[in-house]
Amino acid sequence: MNRTDAALQLSWHELAKTYSTRPVYDQLAGELHSGEVLAVRGPNGAGKSTFLRLLCGLERPSAGTIRYQWQGQTYSPNTMRPWIGFVGPDVALYRELSAIEHLQFLAKARGLAADQVYWHELLAQVGLAGREAERVAHFSSGMALRLKYAIALLAKPPVLLLDEPTAMFDEHGRQFVAQLVEQQRQHGLTILATNDQRDAAWADLVLTVGVAARG
Amino acid sequence: MAKPTLWQAAWAVAYKDLQIELRTRYALNAMALFAVTTAVMVSFRLGPLGLSRDPRSAATLAVLLWIAIFFAAMNGLARSFVREEEAHTATLLRLNVPALAVYLGKLLVNLLILALLETLVTLLFIGLLNVTIAKVGLFLATLSLGGVALAGATTILATLVAKADGKGSLFTILAFPLVLPLLIIAVETTELALSGGTWGSAGSGLQLLAAYTIAEHVAALWLFERVWEA
Repeated sequence: MNRTDAALQLSWHELAKTYSTRPVYDQLAGELHSGEVLAVRGPNGAGKSTFLRLLCGLERPSAGTIRYQWQGQTYSPNTMRPWIGFVGPDVALYRELSAIEHLQFLAKARGLAADQVYWHELLAQVGLAGREAERVAHFSSGMALRLKYAIALLAKPPVLLLDEPTAMFDEHGRQFVAQLVEQQRQHGLTILATNDQRDAAWADLVLTVGVAARG
Repeated sequence: MAKPTLWQAAWAVAYKDLQIELRTRYALNAMALFAVTTAVMVSFRLGPLGLSRDPRSAATLAVLLWIAIFFAAMNGLARSFVREEEAHTATLLRLNVPALAVYLGKLLVNLLILALLETLVTLLFIGLLNVTIAKVGLFLATLSLGGVALAGATTILATLVAKADGKGSLFTILAFPLVLPLLIIAVETTELALSGGTWGSAGSGLQLLAAYTIAEHVAALWLFERVWEA
């Protein structure tokens, strides 16, 4: 396992999530370090996406703790959020805005430099060269997913959370994600929520959720 | 990564919302249509074209003015938050923008739209009903304070109802008790401005409006993050 930056560590202890009276999981524990890739697997409804949402503070656990240790400081999922890149079907885009307008808006909102050159490079990197000024309303689902990747990478985050990372992609898109996951090993960690065996093959570690609950 | 200033992030949200509003014109069209329809309808009965002009007292005109502003505002101002939840773009905002900046950005847009609405309604009333404003300064102060209070109330209420089913009716039901005291004070002070009342006579009304506005915004700033992240 490649640990190029031991300063970043994610750990979760006695983690539980319950919706109404339905327990999704209980007593989850584990940790992850820079350079590592974790795949979260399990049947539909097992809580794979929920686990990613807990890690970035979009949902709160019913019990347990999640902590990031980075550059000598401890962060909760909420306080770590500016350094997390999230891609998933839950994240919708503004149909009325273009790809470049999304990056402009989010860069400004996050206090990033207004770097037009970088934004165009990023869009080219995800395969949207020549489509920068086109409104998202005219995008295919695969193109929208590519823009979600550009948004997630905008701040060069040390934590990448990818929910169904290749669900809308063709083979070319899948290769892009494989390359991205490999690059991320150099400066952070990646967590994938997937049931696709080919995506899971990129991971060093696998967390299987929901199996005990089913039986 | 540089940390954005709160106002920088808030302005980014406001600019994005204005871009989208100018491209869809959902709130602007709905509010303008309601304001114009109300003013024209009222003018046929109470204006120069109407058969009877007797009831055209300052009190009647003040009530009608705020009815037009209130219902037009209810038509459009909740839209900014409801649209984020319905289109599932709220997650993108939660991931990228500090909660307080989201609130302030939405509030800025609602203030701007409400200022446009109040200008339109006032011009329509002056044009179609021959309204004479005896105390312009007092009138503008009342409209400004009332507008800031109304924008604050609708912004925080929109946050509360955005995730609920039956958003439209819930918004109106919640707005009624919260906005009613504000409207009563605004109507009284507007009546004084139209009929030539003094600043002294309107002082208590303006103070109440200012106190209401401050209390409401402090409560909204305190509540917003809990509601938004819930």
